[in-house]
Amino acid sequence: MKLQFSPEDEQFRAEIAGWLADNLVGEFAQLKFRGGPGDEHMFPEERKAWERKLAEGGWTCVGWPKEVGGRGLSIEQQVIFFEEYARAGAPGRMGHIGEGLAGPTLIAFGSEEQKSKYLPGILSGTEFWCQGYSEPSAGSDLANVKTKARFDEASGKWQINGQKVWTSLAHESEYCFVIARTDPESKAHKGLGFFLIKMDQPGVTVRPIEQITGTSEFNEVFFDDAECAAEDIVGQPGDGWKVAMGLLGFERGVSTLGQQMAFQNELNEVVKLAKDNGAAKDPLIRQRIADAHIGLKIMRYNSLRMLSGGSDGSLQKEALIYKLYWATWHRDLGELAVDILGPEADIMVNAPYELNRLQSLFLFTRSDTIYGGTNQIQRNIIAERGLGMPKELRPV
Amino acid sequence: MDFAFTEEQQMIRDTAAAFLKASSSSAAVRAAMVSDKGFDPALWQSICADMYWQALHIPEQYGGMGLGYVELVAVLEQMGRYLLCAPYMSSVAMATNALLVAGTDAQKALYLPQIIEGKIASLAFNSASRDWDACAVSVTYRRDGNDFILNGNYRYVLDGDNADVMVFAARDEGSVGENGISLFVCPTDLNGIERAALPTMDQTRRQATITVTNLRLDESTVMGDVGKADKHLNKILDLATIALAAEQAGGMQEVLDMSVEYSKSRSQFGRTIAGFQAIKHKAADMMLRGEVARSAVYYAACIADEALNDGPLANELSEAASIAKSHCSEAYFKNAGEALQIHGGVGFTWEYDVHLYFKRAKASEHFLGGSGYHRERVAKMLLD
Repeated sequence: MKLQFSPEDEQFRAEIAGWLADNLVGEFAQLKFRGGPGDEHMFPEERKAWERKLAEGGWTCVGWPKEVGGRGLSIEQQVIFFEEYARAGAPGRMGHIGEGLAGPTLIAFGSEEQKSKYLPGILSGTEFWCQGYSEPSAGSDLANVKTKARFDEASGKWQINGQKVWTSLAHESEYCFVIARTDPESKAHKGLGFFLIKMDQPGVTVRPIEQITGTSEFNEVFFDDAECAAEDIVGQPGDGWKVAMGLLGFERGVSTLGQQMAFQNELNEVVKLAKDNGAAKDPLIRQRIADAHIGLKIMRYNSLRMLSGGSDGSLQKEALIYKLYWATWHRDLGELAVDILGPEADIMVNAPYELNRLQSLFLFTRSDTIYGGTNQIQRNIIAERGLGMPKELRPV
Repeated sequence: MDFAFTEEQQMIRDTAAAFLKASSSSAAVRAAMVSDKGFDPALWQSICADMYWQALHIPEQYGGMGLGYVELVAVLEQMGRYLLCAPYMSSVAMATNALLVAGTDAQKALYLPQIIEGKIASLAFNSASRDWDACAVSVTYRRDGNDFILNGNYRYVLDGDNADVMVFAARDEGSVGENGISLFVCPTDLNGIERAALPTMDQTRRQATITVTNLRLDESTVMGDVGKADKHLNKILDLATIALAAEQAGGMQEVLDMSVEYSKSRSQFGRTIAGFQAIKHKAADMMLRGEVARSAVYYAACIADEALNDGPLANELSEAASIAKSHCSEAYFKNAGEALQIHGGVGFTWEYDVHLYFKRAKASEHFLGGSGYHRERVAKMLLD
């Protein structure tokens, strides 16, 4: 076991930290610590400009292979990149769905034509993506997709009908990748297709969802005879589930340390508040602050284990528990933050409903234990895949 | 950066697991825990002569293997998993660490080879205090010429009744807090040392009380700086705390394995109880706590190596120890409690092994400080 990064990696750390210090200035200075979870609706145009700036420096898609235009960084250097990005307070990435999900899916499963059509826009920070998986009837039961895709022989195009929900950044995106049912008789994960759909067309309607925070980052997306070109299905009709799930097994969590750096920023604010307002003298608050600190430290050690694990990409036990662990930790931090605020937690910054960062943290972290697999679904997955316990009964 | 066991470390862990699975079986544990000494002397000799575990992290110049704390932790995890009844925590994680941290060359040359040969050693410092650092010391010493005269009563001394060699912490008469602390090492057959085993609820770990009455120790027994050994004692206790957390992580794994296996074999309402979400979700939480415990323990072990070798991260020792112990203490007890619940009625019997882990978990939680104690240590670092 070795805790330190190599001198080359530390040199790389200095390089990215230096670039961020030089460039996160001027028009971009206002974006520091903005645009993260709970704040994703803020500064969309400015953050898109920042994406282009990143691209100019070669700092988009740092983990993609060089052959497709990425920076081809090692696992260690990707970790360092995300860590330094968060440490500098650089803004929440508008391009993260394209870079982290759409792009890697196309690199793994897409045709050459699809790669040359879509990857450049992601690399250059000029085209943005959203994810069309969840539906009103497909939440935890993600495969219960009702959206239909029918190939129209007359036009030679796919026609998409249905509704997606909880679609982050849909109103800011050029494209959406959608799983839709190509075989109307099929059920569950069979008979699905994976489609690349242009958002700017008459058949696509985006409606923001007003959240518990009073703000809107998530949307509903309605498809009414929306069109998708014949060549814009990834894989074959029926392959949709395989394509959608294909990359999950290879997720090694390179961005987790960056996420934790953002958590550290939040925890620092909580600790400072407790010292300032005297809550740090309360024995129970002290225990909870220490517990939060300990939990975040262990989260980091867990990630280091995850990142050092098997090179075959197999999902290890420490990776299996990660979502349940961080989501619960983060939700607890939100509760701790408002308990330290005490009665001030109820007082808004401004009418009608402007939240400060800690109030927003408290409310927004309730989504952490729900999206991306609820805590309950995570426990099913851990028990079934990690411990070999019987699978949930499902209709055949 | 590579935060995974090397192949050699994996081999050490796997060898330990295989050896202890055979030699520290349920029957072996149950026989040892009610025996006179509380452990099986033949097994202890085998651990010493065949496995070299006492020698693991002792430098080669004293006849040891010169390995690190990560290797030690890999073995301790398996000892906790199989509830090994042996004076290992006391001899290796407490007394050996004391000698490595504070011993003179002469003391190391004298005692470390004895420990490697299977002599039992321990550390006495606490006299029924809820503190687990230098502040816990209340046995006193006074100078008499070049000698030191010790008086007082120690409690919670691991294997104190069986030890051949003792490290004693004592304070200068009239001193308080972390001031005035000195450490001494001596054989246990001196006049003025009275020892008695304390019957324990967790029968797998032996504790004793030691009364010292006008115990006269000469200058050659002094470890570290006279009156200023608090920093040594605290470092020794941090190292011991990490070792104990490793045992706890191992115990957590075993109670999870037992519970999952039992739930797959137990049928109610026409199906195995392993299929019920009420059981699956308990097991999932147990696995989460266990994996997280390992991450904390392995990190702390790396820091312990840094501390023993004055590496750049050495000053993280107290924090790393408290992080590991605060998580592992509550987590092991929660897991043991859930294991008992998943086993249902049979978990309440003497016949099934769950109660052995349940009791060990609670005793280990308290020893060297529980979760609340260690969280407050961290809170002081952050807030005061």
